[in-house]
Amino acid sequence: MPMPLTHPKSDRPALRVSRLHKVYGSVVALDDVSFTVGRGEIVGLLGPNGAGKTTTINMVLGVLAATTGSVEISGIDIAKQRARALARTNFAAVYATLPGNLTVVENLRFFGLLYSIASLRSRVEELLQDFDLAHLRHTKCGLLSSGEQTRAALAKALLNHPQLLLLDEPTASLDPSAAQLIRAKIKGLAAADDCGILWTSHNMHEVAEVCDRVLFLSRGKVLLEGNPQTLPREHGSATLEELFIRVAREPLAHKAEHA
Amino acid sequence: MKLRPIAGIVLRQIYLMRGSPVRLFPMVTWVAIDIVLWGFITRYLNTVSGAGVDFVPTLLGGVLLWDFCTRIMQGVTTAFLEDVWSRNFLNLFSSPLSISEYILGLVITSVATSSIGVVVMLLLATGIFHLQFFSMGLPLIGFLTVLFVFGISLGIFGSAIVLRLGPASEWLLWPLPALLSPFAAVFYPLAVLPQWMQWVAHALPPAYVFEGMRSLLAGRPFPGILLLQGSLVAAFELLLAAYFYGRVYGHAVRTGLLARYSAESVA
Repeated sequence: MPMPLTHPKSDRPALRVSRLHKVYGSVVALDDVSFTVGRGEIVGLLGPNGAGKTTTINMVLGVLAATTGSVEISGIDIAKQRARALARTNFAAVYATLPGNLTVVENLRFFGLLYSIASLRSRVEELLQDFDLAHLRHTKCGLLSSGEQTRAALAKALLNHPQLLLLDEPTASLDPSAAQLIRAKIKGLAAADDCGILWTSHNMHEVAEVCDRVLFLSRGKVLLEGNPQTLPREHGSATLEELFIRVAREPLAHKAEHA
Repeated sequence: MKLRPIAGIVLRQIYLMRGSPVRLFPMVTWVAIDIVLWGFITRYLNTVSGAGVDFVPTLLGGVLLWDFCTRIMQGVTTAFLEDVWSRNFLNLFSSPLSISEYILGLVITSVATSSIGVVVMLLLATGIFHLQFFSMGLPLIGFLTVLFVFGISLGIFGSAIVLRLGPASEWLLWPLPALLSPFAAVFYPLAVLPQWMQWVAHALPPAYVFEGMRSLLAGRPFPGILLLQGSLVAAFELLLAAYFYGRVYGHAVRTGLLARYSAESVA
């Protein structure tokens, strides 16, 4: 399905991914992937395991080089101006916890320095309050519960007031109540700070609640794109979850059907 | 290059020390054991050798200088390994931190941590065994600089090896100084080595330093040419190590190794 490269909310998106292609030997991990994330927009990046979601995120973060194609963060090409682009980005993922041998406050100060945050002390205090971590400030991150670790990772991800935030299953280890609070906080952030958010999740209810737009990836290709509220009906499914299952099980047939 | 990210790398090490003071133990213990052990060996050799021969400056001085070089290397690799052990690469390298800032942070960290060991060694060697370490005068600064640069090069090279071959390869790092020490001619003149070992030795800056040190202690004129040769080799190898690290990092970004650097071995 053809996709627009720009989003109606902004003509200078927080993220522009253009014709991204990644090949490992004879394996094509990403095949001509293009999309944007507008400012203040939350885009869900969906797909089954191995679809290419984390590969895409790693390329946006600059830790994986594209075979061809480009990534621009707020108009800055990450291949040409890596530090400038990454200063405007941040991320949190369940598989990238903060160093467990540093306390919460030490981790925030350490990463705050890496991001050259001005007024670091006050920013750290602000985030400790925002994420209800003040009472855990001197606790080593390795001793935190998984929910607390997620909050600490999110606090780190917001240190630099990112224009683009990448969240890889940010609520995967949270209980429903904590997950709801985090979702509300992130939605508020996107609206208030004009921050573009790329969100991956396997929780389709969450995606439908949070995301303005979703992209379905399968076998390294973007198969579908659209509003999570209307997309399932447009493709003959009752819910986003049903659509996900169909796309995951028969990606190529589904693509041919809607080409 | 920005100062704050470099300060961040150094601060992280300070936090680790503060949070776990037991980390100071190996920094002090091994060097102290080396000095005490070699101190008594030299004292014994002085008693059984011919009159007028003093082994303290040559042997104990050699131990001190070689340990200095080794500690510098281990300071760099240990700081790097902290990121390996805490699986921090993704957080670290998705930040604006540049490779040169990261390496410089590791080097400054190493200077700080190895200084602790050097001070302990100097106190013990001077206080107990009466080593007149500074009697070599100004050339000592040159010798220490060459050893410092070589230690940094080894540390960067070792870190690159771990980055390329995976966390399990850290076991290749620890014996590296011991493997090089016979070629570095810490305790004996280069001339006693077989020819092929001398060729290898000429690629190692410490060999020039220890040869120069022995020459100075034997009362011969300042071996400027040895210091110059050692400095040139050390500078070349520092550039080579930095280039090698850059190449390995580039490979890690191209192949995705950096992003999935948490497996026991990724070779």
